Parts: sequence; C-alpha cells; structure tokens
Amino acid sequence: MSDGLRAQVGQLARRSVLRTLRQPAQFVPALIFPLFLLAVNSGGLKDATNLPDFPTDSYITFAVAVTFMQGALFSVMNSGTDLARDIETGFLNRLALTPLHGAALLTGLLAGSIVLGVIQGVVYLVVGVAGGVEVAAGVGGAVVLVLLSVAVTTAFGTIGMFAALRSGSGEAVQGLFPVFFVFLFLSSSSLPLDLLTTDWFHAVATINPVSYLLEAFRSLLIEGWNAGELALGFGIAAAIFAIGMTAAARSLKTRLVRT
Amino acid sequence: MANDSSNNGSGSAGIEAIGLVREFKKGPRAVDGIDLRVEPGEIYGFLGPNGAGKSTTVLMLTTLLPPTAGTARVGGHDVVSEGPQVRSAIGAALQEAALDPLLTGTEHMRLQTALHGIGKGERERVGNELLERVGLSQAADRKVGGYSGGMKRRLDLALALAHRPRILFLDEPTTGLDIQSRTALWQEVERLAAEDGVTVFLTTQYLEEADALADRVGIIDHGKIVAEGTPAELKAEIGRPTVEAVPRDPAQRQRTIEVLGGFGECAETDHKGGSVQLAGGETELAEVVRALDSAGIAIESLNLHAPSLDDVFLAKTGRSLEGAEEAEAESEEAAAEGAPA
Repeated sequence: MSDGLRAQVGQLARRSVLRTLRQPAQFVPALIFPLFLLAVNSGGLKDATNLPDFPTDSYITFAVAVTFMQGALFSVMNSGTDLARDIETGFLNRLALTPLHGAALLTGLLAGSIVLGVIQGVVYLVVGVAGGVEVAAGVGGAVVLVLLSVAVTTAFGTIGMFAALRSGSGEAVQGLFPVFFVFLFLSSSSLPLDLLTTDWFHAVATINPVSYLLEAFRSLLIEGWNAGELALGFGIAAAIFAIGMTAAARSLKTRLVRT
Repeated sequence: MANDSSNNGSGSAGIEAIGLVREFKKGPRAVDGIDLRVEPGEIYGFLGPNGAGKSTTVLMLTTLLPPTAGTARVGGHDVVSEGPQVRSAIGAALQEAALDPLLTGTEHMRLQTALHGIGKGERERVGNELLERVGLSQAADRKVGGYSGGMKRRLDLALALAHRPRILFLDEPTTGLDIQSRTALWQEVERLAAEDGVTVFLTTQYLEEADALADRVGIIDHGKIVAEGTPAELKAEIGRPTVEAVPRDPAQRQRTIEVLGGFGECAETDHKGGSVQLAGGETELAEVVRALDSAGIAIESLNLHAPSLDDVFLAKTGRSLEGAEEAEAESEEAAAEGAPA
C-alpha cells in the first residue's frame, strides 16, 4: 500500500470511528437492544434446556450467540446510514473531487464497523458472563469470540455500504433491518438445528448461513475449541465480506460518476 | 482584474467550453450548447435563476457529471478524458456546503489535506493557515454542526483551497448568507483572484454579487447563455441611464417635464415628476441639474437609474430575474402536482 493510499485509509477510518463514537444514539441501542432481548429470552425460554439433546443446561450461554448476531445487524444500519447521509448531503461529491481511491473510502468506512464490533463483542461478553454465560473455550475463546464478532459485524457492514451506494437513501438502508431480522429468525437462533422438528423450518435454517455463524459462536461458548465450526463461521463471514465488498465497489463506481 | 496572459482560455488556469450539452433521460436539456471562455486569473460570474443550468454546468466542468455532447477543457485538461488532472487543478465549493456536522473544522482540514496527498508534516500547517485566513481559527475545534451558515461557507472555501488549486468553482457561495458574511466572502474571493491569480468561476442568482465581483458575466437561462461580457458592457448594450426629477411644488410638474424634454423624450412618472433617458449618458446629469435650476424649479428628489443586470436579463429573456425565479418556482410546483407547467 502506497503512503498516499495509507493516509487516505487512515483519515477516512479516523472519521468513521469518530462518527461512530460521537453518535451515542446510534451505537447505544445496538448495545442495549440485543442485551434486553437476551434477558427476556434467557428468562422465558430457559426450560428449553430440558429438551433431550439440548447442548447445554445454561440457556443464556446458548442464547448469547444471538446477541452477537443482532449486534452485527446493527452495523448494517450504522455503516449504511452513514454512507447514505454522505451521498444525500453531497459529502461524497466533496470526496470525489479529491484523488480519493475507491478502496480507501470503503476500507475507511468499515473502520467504524470494526470499532463497533469490538465494543459490542466486549460488552456482550462482559454482561453475558456477569449474567451467567460460560465460555467453554476459556480466555482464549473469549478473545476469538470478540474477533468473530468483529468479523461478522464487518461482513454485514459491507452489505450496509452496498445498500447505501446502490440506493443513495438512508431510509432504504434502514428498510433492510426487517429483512435481516427474518434471516435471523429463520435460523437456529432459538433452538439447535437438530432440534428443529418442523420440516420446512429445519430446511430453511439448514441453508441459512446465519445458522452457521451462530454455531461458530456457540462452539466457543458450549463445546470449547471446534476447528470445523470456527472455520465455517469465519469462512461464511469472509464470504459475506467478499460478496458485500465486491458489490459495494461496483456500486461505488456507478455512484462516483466522476470522469 | 483579469491577469494579462498569453494563455488562452483553456491554458494552465483557464476554462473553455464548446457546445456543452447535458441532457437527462426523463428531463429537459439542462444545459443546451454552452460556449464559454474564462481567462486565467479572471472572476467569471455565471448568473441565472434557479433551474437555469448553472449547477449542471459546474458539475460538468468539475468532472462530476459527464457531458452529453460538446467539449470542455479546464486548466488545459479535457474534463472527460483527463478527469484526474482536472480535479488536481481545481477546488470547488458546491451548492450547500457539504460538511460533516460531527467533525470539527480542524478535522475537516486534516481529512481534506490527507486526501489530496499533502504530507503529514504539512497538513496541520496548511489547515491552520487556511482556517485563519477564513477567520475560523477560534472555532476550529468546534463541531461543524454548531457553525452558522456563513461559517460553514467559509470552511467550505478553506477546504476547496487545501491543495492550492489554480481554478476555483464556487456554486452559489453566498446563498442564504447575511450581508456581513456575504461581504467577507466576496473580499476573500477578490483577494484570491488579485493576489494569488486564482481563476474563479462563480455561479450566482444575485445580481449585485455578479455586478460587484465578476470581471465578466455570463447570463444563463433555460440552459443557454443569453448574454456575456463585463457588467459595464452588458449594461451599456441595453441602454443609457435614466434621470427622474420630482419638483417640490406639484404645480411645476409640467415645467419640469419640458426642461427634461430638452435632453430626450421625457415621460411622466408616478412620482409627480418626469423622467428622461440621457442620450449622452450619466455625464449629462450635471447639465440636467443646471437646466432645472436655471428654470427656477426647486427639486424635491432627483434619481439617476443606471441600467442593472436585471435590465439586461429582462432585455435578453423578456423576464426580470426575480420574475424568472417565481416562474421557475411555479413551474416546479405545477410539475409536482402533476398539472401542466
């Protein structure tokens, strides 16, 4: 990476992080809402642990994986809404008039998602452990949990950027939230895949990549070290990142119509 | 104010457009075959009502919108095939200062200078220098969300100057500003052209702005340039000044009209007096005063109306600039309601 490109990425990343930290109204709900749902679900569904073959006797340990996923969904909103606002206000035109490299813009913007992923990962983990969550993989596993949280948050962030660049509208980005929520709902979020007895639901959850992201989180929390589950989780996050980033880069070319 | 230069309009710091057109798929021809030439160091005022095609022209000249037809060279580079070279030569403050309300003035400067490839050691110095020049040193560490409209415009200007461009595009830079902020911005623009030799392409819908600031003015209406020249040339083209005299004693009105008639065809006015277009220009005003005095007419008021750019706009388009604004607004309203415009 050349010095110029490094400086561009650095400054845009700095802006993205500052924007994230200076908008508590944006990131605080991303912290509180998933934790609130965790409290409700772990209280209301704790009897699910009595089901035969349920992998743990602590439902909160099972459910906290969903909290990480919900947090990641918020990153779609944050990265996408920020970029859509730049388009709507003309700030992107200001950037377009500089020798800005498209890759620097996208990479820099993701810095905000990465910071959000770290904050979310640490807060969910600390609050979860305080509430009874166990991490079977130990301290090292906790670190990998946060890394996985960052990977998933960043991957989903690219989809937010794509939506913003494609639509140029903050409202359109926010309209994605229910869609992602449906994906989360139609996964192994409430029960392990093996225990989903309704055929169509089991089939949908099985092909839903969100299920495998959840399994990766759960493997660290419930089983300990499971290389296969982790590889699948990180692999799916990488695939989402690659697809999202490619789509965002293409849309950026269309959006930045400079000659 | 234009610098003497052997460079032609498309030279190192000039602007030249030939037959520039921009059509939108489902809209009108926003820019309809514009030819213009701005010499290095010149302040060129692009005057016209809302929707006339000013901003679309700026977007094409700044490489942000490809032309449908025609060619344009900015700073010696073609806007279509040499976009990066054009962008490195220009600075632009586009309509509505596009700033991040969550960043401070200093942070904006740091980002802008970094994106322009200014070395790390230089960034702070350049940023501070420009913020001081536009009078924002005291507010440099405040978030832009708390800035006034004038402060935002000044920061916008500082950002446009971050990489020392030879050509500056200002798209309606003083719209919505109070007179004090407007004057301060005019002074800075004049200084840039006079001292730094920066070529300034300024769009405006304010007659007085074009009149006060521009070396030459292009008047645009419905995507076409309808008049071009120095403000004085344009005014001279459409007529001579008019003097209006109102006698203190209403009984002397007829006598006043007779005296004024000696200088040209006199018309009665609504203000209990008469007016005449001075065939010899404003230098005849003294003679008018002497003639009225010799005739023993005590004068209540005497006004000299110089032709304005609005008169030029009226002469070229059949509408006043103000009327054109209103018509444009009505047309947009009608279009929004689905009624025939």
